[in-house]
Amino acid sequence: MTEKSLHLAVALDGLGWHPAAWRLSRADATAPLTARYWNALAGEAEHAALDLLTIEDSLDLQTSWPDGTDDRVDELRGRLDAVQIASRLAPLTRHIGLIPTTSTTHTEPFHLSTAIATLDHISGGRAGWRPRVSARRAEAGHFGRRDIPPLDLARLDEPETVRLVGDLFAEAGDAVEVVRRLWDSWQDDAVIRDVPTGRFVDRERLHYIDFAGRWFSVKGPSIVPRPPQGQPIVAALAHSSVPYAFAARHADIVFVTPIDAGHAAAIVAEVRAAEETVGRVGAPLRVLADLVVLLDETSTLARDRRTRLDELHGAQFTSDASIVTGTPGELADLLAEWHRAGVDGFRLRPAVLPDDLTAITRALVPALRDRGLFRAGYPGGMLRDLLGLPRPVSRYAVAATA
Amino acid sequence: MPKQIILAAHFPGVNNTTVWSDPASGSQVDFSSFVHLARTAERGKFDFFFLAEGLRLREQRGRIHDLDVVGRPDTLTVLAALAAVTTHLGLAGTLNTTFREPYELARQLASLDHLSGGRAAWNVVTTSDAFTGENFRRGGYLDRALRYDRAAEFVRTARQLWESWPADAITGDRDGGRYLTEAAPGAFAHHGDQFDIAGHFTVPRSPQVHPVILQAGDSPDGREFAASSADAIFSRHGTLEDGQEFYRDVKSRLARHGRQPDDLKVIPGVTFVLGDTDAEAQERAHHIRRQQVSPQTAILLLEQLWNRDLSGYDPDGPLPAEDPDVSGDAISRGRAGMYPDPVRTARHWRALAEEKGLGIRDLIIEVTGRQSFVGTPRQVAERMNHFVQSDAADGFILVPHLTPGGLDDFVDRVVPLLQERGVFRTEYAGTTLRDHLGLSPAATRRRPPDLQPKVTVPA
Repeated sequence: MTEKSLHLAVALDGLGWHPAAWRLSRADATAPLTARYWNALAGEAEHAALDLLTIEDSLDLQTSWPDGTDDRVDELRGRLDAVQIASRLAPLTRHIGLIPTTSTTHTEPFHLSTAIATLDHISGGRAGWRPRVSARRAEAGHFGRRDIPPLDLARLDEPETVRLVGDLFAEAGDAVEVVRRLWDSWQDDAVIRDVPTGRFVDRERLHYIDFAGRWFSVKGPSIVPRPPQGQPIVAALAHSSVPYAFAARHADIVFVTPIDAGHAAAIVAEVRAAEETVGRVGAPLRVLADLVVLLDETSTLARDRRTRLDELHGAQFTSDASIVTGTPGELADLLAEWHRAGVDGFRLRPAVLPDDLTAITRALVPALRDRGLFRAGYPGGMLRDLLGLPRPVSRYAVAATA
Repeated sequence: MPKQIILAAHFPGVNNTTVWSDPASGSQVDFSSFVHLARTAERGKFDFFFLAEGLRLREQRGRIHDLDVVGRPDTLTVLAALAAVTTHLGLAGTLNTTFREPYELARQLASLDHLSGGRAAWNVVTTSDAFTGENFRRGGYLDRALRYDRAAEFVRTARQLWESWPADAITGDRDGGRYLTEAAPGAFAHHGDQFDIAGHFTVPRSPQVHPVILQAGDSPDGREFAASSADAIFSRHGTLEDGQEFYRDVKSRLARHGRQPDDLKVIPGVTFVLGDTDAEAQERAHHIRRQQVSPQTAILLLEQLWNRDLSGYDPDGPLPAEDPDVSGDAISRGRAGMYPDPVRTARHWRALAEEKGLGIRDLIIEVTGRQSFVGTPRQVAERMNHFVQSDAADGFILVPHLTPGGLDDFVDRVVPLLQERGVFRTEYAGTTLRDHLGLSPAATRRRPPDLQPKVTVPA
């Protein structure tokens, strides 16, 4: 291989990312409620040796509005908990990373930490986590513990909105800090099973995390022994400076949304600057560009399908990420160009599932391999190994031996 | 036809029932241990697999308790993974209502129910314990007197959410371009003392609609909560007579809640030891109790009653002459209090030790953790069946003392005898846990009139 292999991830959501995806999908309309469907998707992704898959989630019903449940009957609605899906997939996959999305706004950091640590144990070190903030009033209403004003896209620059978003990200930062401390709170060698002294653990190797912040305090230690990866992977989706800084402080992977190669280079520079600003230590962020993909054998077929989907949807589909409509070969060329521009890899969002995933695994991946841009298979090891990230020593073990 | 026995398998927990010092004891965390026990239970046609939960490591004398198994994986995450390696076995998890919110837990359980094809169950527990609260946002906010209020309101709210999607909500009509029968499914509103929430649930109706609800509490409030809200209760009452009295009591409470006697199953948690002969089984039982009560554990268990630092005492020596300290805070934190009248219990233990000439460790072995069923496979099968046929129970949650092989012998040697007697299934007849337990399908009402979706779109 002449160039460094790029990282390839797939983002799974419902029957695909296009709002009309369910109209053309080969799968049943209710397939996303079944384990069989998710197993088939994960198996397909793993067969092509993709690095990881992510599973979207939200604490409110899908909607075409910025906030609040809409009145459409022609789009897919309803979804299962992403951590439950990831865990259901773990025993039936062997290599692929599993990254569910969860909110940090209404959830308990302690539960998040133990759930992802457990996913890491079950999967033999393939767990990750994508924290997201819940900025919508609809989500807050499901918990009734805090008041969040309705999200209004026209008022994103107003001071109250800026303050709210800043607070939500600061809280998310605290949540990740707590989760990470809890993962470290058991040293790797805490379980000793020492029969002569009757001790199951060495309690000197268990640590209170004593986190106290503006939104919550957590004592620790975790109830779950340290996960195989030590620290499972944390991924963040980021579109602007506040989330770039959040990712630089707290994440291992950042998903970004460039519109072209030049923009990709600019975002990578901005991410690196954010790493500098927050004083990031350790491995730099792995920067993966998000793309919605709609792939067919010819560009015409792909464009026709896009047109058909948009017609069914009743409007042109837009997304926070760029939409690539074309052949797998054209997409491979684009990925090569963006890769040269500095992104470490890509998270592809199939417009229609499983159809566009199959196009990724059976046509795009071979095309990337032909160009020397993607591995032939899994080299073995955990998700951290696949991403080229070292396994961190527990911060408390370092303190204890210092 | 005789009553059919319900059987469940408890994954060994973090108390001294679980013997970790035995050479046959495997990992308490590796997923392979969970797979082994779950698949063994399914091979034995058990009704369900059961996981306990801990949300803070236990402490004694202000330090993390290190003599028992410490640490375990997250309940819900393990159950979802077990759904992948089993096909019929029910998957029950203990999940605390104090440190969770109904919307989130209801969607997790409904998701598990979908991903397991209708096998989810929830053991509802509630704690007022500020010690555990130190790991959570709201801390120890719950008044002890409100524990069952919260649990009952939590379950009511969860059921409302589980029913919020009409059975026919998704039509998936591709030609007509209609995914939903009506817009904005899953509408709900609950305004109560514990929860004040409204909006739309994200999970369409799951196979069981209501995952099975289990309840453990034994107080009058706990029994009443079970009678009003649970599908099964598993408090333990040792003797046949105690069991029958408990059984009569909880079943008699059902009518007040408009329920039938069969709507609430009584399935106490029990331990067992098997041997080729009765004498061998008794000897093994004693050996296991010695493993369960190490010299260090004996002192610790004594401290839990005495509520004093007894670390200076000789495990083979006599019991303390002074009485338990009933004035101060509990020395042991993170576990339920076990002794309603410590002074009386202590006097009883002292008298017993004197009478039988027992040191501390032997006394503890004598008074704690006696196994429920000890004998040959035939004796155990007969006694268990007798308990069920004489209405001291509807079945049992078996608590093995070894991870992960502690159920192997029972499944290989006792289950066939129960099947021979025609009191336990030889094949699963249904697919959901409600089917296995013989529970009626959950309510399948259509849209409640007061929660009609606000927005409707003409067809």
